[in-house]
Amino acid sequence: MATTKTSANLTAPEQLQPDLDRALQALDEALAQAKKRGASAAECALAHSRGLSVSTRLNEVETVEFNQDGSLGITVYRGQSKGSASTSDLSPEAVAIAVEKADAIARFTQADSCAGLADKELMAFGYPEPELFYAADQSPEYATEQALACEAVMLSVDDRIVNSDGAHYSSHCGFRVYGNSHGFIGHYMSSRQSLSCMPIAKEGEKMERDYAYTVARNPALLSSPEAVAREAAATTLARLGARSIPTCSAPVIFHSDLAHHLFGSFAGAISGGSLYRKSSFLLDHLGQPIFPDWLDIHEDPLIPGGLASSPFDHEGVVTQARDIVQNGVLETYLLTSYAARKLGMQTTGHAGGIHNWRVQPKASHLDADLSALCKRMGRGLLVTELMGQGVNMVTGDYSRGAAGFWVENGEIQFPVSEVTIAGNLKQMFQQMVAMADDVDPRHGVLSGSVLVENMKIAGA
Amino acid sequence: MIDTQVAEHLLHSADLDYSALQQSLQSMYNGSVDYADIYLQSSIHEAWVLEDSIVKSGSFNIERGLGVRAVSGEKTGFAYADSIDPPALKRAAAAARGIAEQGVERKVGVLSAVQHTPLYGVDNPLDSLAEPKKIALLQAMDKRARAADPRIKEVSVSLTGSYEHVLVAATDGTLASDVRPLVRLNCSVLAEQNGRRERGSSGGGGRVDYHYFMQPVWLDTDGKGPEKQRFESYVDEAVRQALIMLEAQPAPAGSMPVVLGSGWPGVLLHEAVGHGLEGDFNRKGASSYSGRMGEQVAAKGITIVDDGTISNRRGSLSVDDEGTPTQYNTLIEDGRLVGYMQDKLNARLMGVAPTGNGRRESYAHLPMPRMTNTYMLGGDKTPEEIIASVKRGIYAPQFSGGQVDITSGKFVFSASEAYLIEDGKITAPLKGATLIGNGPDAMSAVSMVGNDLALDTGIGVCGKDGQSVPVGVGQPTLKIDAMTVGGTE
Repeated sequence: MATTKTSANLTAPEQLQPDLDRALQALDEALAQAKKRGASAAECALAHSRGLSVSTRLNEVETVEFNQDGSLGITVYRGQSKGSASTSDLSPEAVAIAVEKADAIARFTQADSCAGLADKELMAFGYPEPELFYAADQSPEYATEQALACEAVMLSVDDRIVNSDGAHYSSHCGFRVYGNSHGFIGHYMSSRQSLSCMPIAKEGEKMERDYAYTVARNPALLSSPEAVAREAAATTLARLGARSIPTCSAPVIFHSDLAHHLFGSFAGAISGGSLYRKSSFLLDHLGQPIFPDWLDIHEDPLIPGGLASSPFDHEGVVTQARDIVQNGVLETYLLTSYAARKLGMQTTGHAGGIHNWRVQPKASHLDADLSALCKRMGRGLLVTELMGQGVNMVTGDYSRGAAGFWVENGEIQFPVSEVTIAGNLKQMFQQMVAMADDVDPRHGVLSGSVLVENMKIAGA
Repeated sequence: MIDTQVAEHLLHSADLDYSALQQSLQSMYNGSVDYADIYLQSSIHEAWVLEDSIVKSGSFNIERGLGVRAVSGEKTGFAYADSIDPPALKRAAAAARGIAEQGVERKVGVLSAVQHTPLYGVDNPLDSLAEPKKIALLQAMDKRARAADPRIKEVSVSLTGSYEHVLVAATDGTLASDVRPLVRLNCSVLAEQNGRRERGSSGGGGRVDYHYFMQPVWLDTDGKGPEKQRFESYVDEAVRQALIMLEAQPAPAGSMPVVLGSGWPGVLLHEAVGHGLEGDFNRKGASSYSGRMGEQVAAKGITIVDDGTISNRRGSLSVDDEGTPTQYNTLIEDGRLVGYMQDKLNARLMGVAPTGNGRRESYAHLPMPRMTNTYMLGGDKTPEEIIASVKRGIYAPQFSGGQVDITSGKFVFSASEAYLIEDGKITAPLKGATLIGNGPDAMSAVSMVGNDLALDTGIGVCGKDGQSVPVGVGQPTLKIDAMTVGGTE
């Protein structure tokens, strides 16, 4: 737990304690009720978050929202059958109804030999307390000040910024609790704040908008309102005059802000759920090269302040640092206990998702920054925005709307919009050429910009 | 009218009554506050999932809470609580009120019930079928899919139902309630042939109960063909799509004529037109349609409406989440922009009337102008003559979803089933591809409108500012002279 100067406005773990105590009591109650009903096993999870969101537009406050969210989820097992229920109301009566409903469902669902809790010996008993909670000023006054400061700069940067879709500051803190009938109960607190703004620029009759944001668990690590404003203004102005380009095949750089999408699709394809359903383009690829040999992906679930840090997964299984990809080769799948049983393997502690990935290229394929990567590409498309879904996880076929910049001789020439980029993820992964050392810290996947050798670009 | 069932469920059981709502509104309505409302909601939701030929999981969710909003000019204060009781109401009202200056008290209108026509039943759809019958339904679908073709290797089926009670009270005297059923059934299959795997999926639903899925439907649009039950038609459609995709070839890349099928491809209108005509974006001047009222923004012959009043449709509401009865709103008439979709806040700031489009995901979210069922009216061409008019292009009868940047007007939507058109004939099936265009440009490039208007089967979910709401779309077969198709060839 980070210690910071005490102030009337700063959040503190003690403020969450009464809610945490209530949550632990509700969890105990739920597990006890399940046992009383004759459940063979049960698990219960509870998340709680509180805080506020303030948005301003054209230098005036637009909305002040006070948030308080939480719900309890219970899963009851009757042998190999299970039922789940959730309730936003944590009163003993509501919890009792939820357990009753879950139990009733478990009487109707069919036996599934792979169903059940994760094994007891994998539980994160004695888990380390993660450093994810940081004191923050959660007053409406402070939030308003941040958003107003950001928007004022954004609107003053350039005459072509004619309008605003507002600035937004939010600050939340809360906790997660998980417990099951193995006797494991775990909980940890966390915090998160963000600041964003969205300018609208106009040239002639054409309008463009873009945005910039900063997000961090520790408020001290947020970018300044001015930096966010200047970044938003710069990216929005750079889009003015964007045009389509003739249909062609060319190299493509995925800006670091988007690179996590590519690795996110990779994570989806090696996740147990996609694998046992045979709905992945990476079936039977364990131990196979997926990426070029200069690329490693490492997972570290306990990075202080990490956006995807967690000492245990959604089944209470202890998380651990792992190599996901080494020298381009797939080292592990991402499994829950259920998927693991379906595949005849062991859970990897990935119920609920991945925990802080770092995509690490070897020095030979790492350029100092984005402009160096553009030079390496020479001629091609730098993609800074992706639109639509367009990813077929069964086949890896990829076709998405894109916007960005056309690059010639390693230099940006003009902004591009209304094009699509298409290919197949399996090939795109293998055709990664190099990365830039411009890692974007705002995602659970930490990656720099990525250059892909060749994609089909459809345009005018 | 106020359903006594809603009042009992949301108020009396929580030691609240209308005078408590009136008092709470009065406590907020002074100084610079122009408007305030209280939204009470309870919902239950269930889901049953079949996979590997067994119904392996089921879930039940209960949500109950209240949201209070106070508006002062363009400012909104909002707070909510995940319980409904007098102290929670008081706390939320005080927090929401905090944005505005205190001052002279204004008189809250006498709460009077909003008159509206109920568009769907008031019974709990979750109870419309006993649990063993829900299980049997899912198993029948699994069996049908596997029996349809040996290449079908995986089948998953999900059945969901929700039942909501809402009550809105506002300083303008609005008092409205609604009981909202919503069900959905979906079938997804995986086909495999020579190591190649492809997925197909189909489903539907609406503000009905589970018996809807057992109703007879016909294979052909002309009402002929073999009779089957609706759940069977979902299975057959999912299987058909997966098997066709096994044969799909790479899609072409570049600008070409595109023929969109009727029904769900109306997601085009939702993205290319609908979002850009929501009142908030237009009040703020942030939409590519801002300030263009009365202008020609689409080809002549095109009329697009947003209609929240169709009985039992997924996107329909008897009253919106601000208590305004929904309407049949014409957005574009013969190519001319004639209407925006409004909630109360944006309507007031723009000096127009609300249109029944104020919607929110739940008590924990603020209302915004949102679509209901958005569709294009039919024209006079047969689908056959539209296809026959294309020398080389694509025909896309199924889509997965889309997205729009309302400021630049750029939108995408992704075809999940498509075919090449060569010399006026549909030929090879194509792999999925994303189509990209600019809303006003694409709408001006519509050159033929079919006579086969159809609405989707009841599967749409629309996301905006992190809030999801159920919606409907529809259109007749359409030809767009040039759109960019994001294939690989």
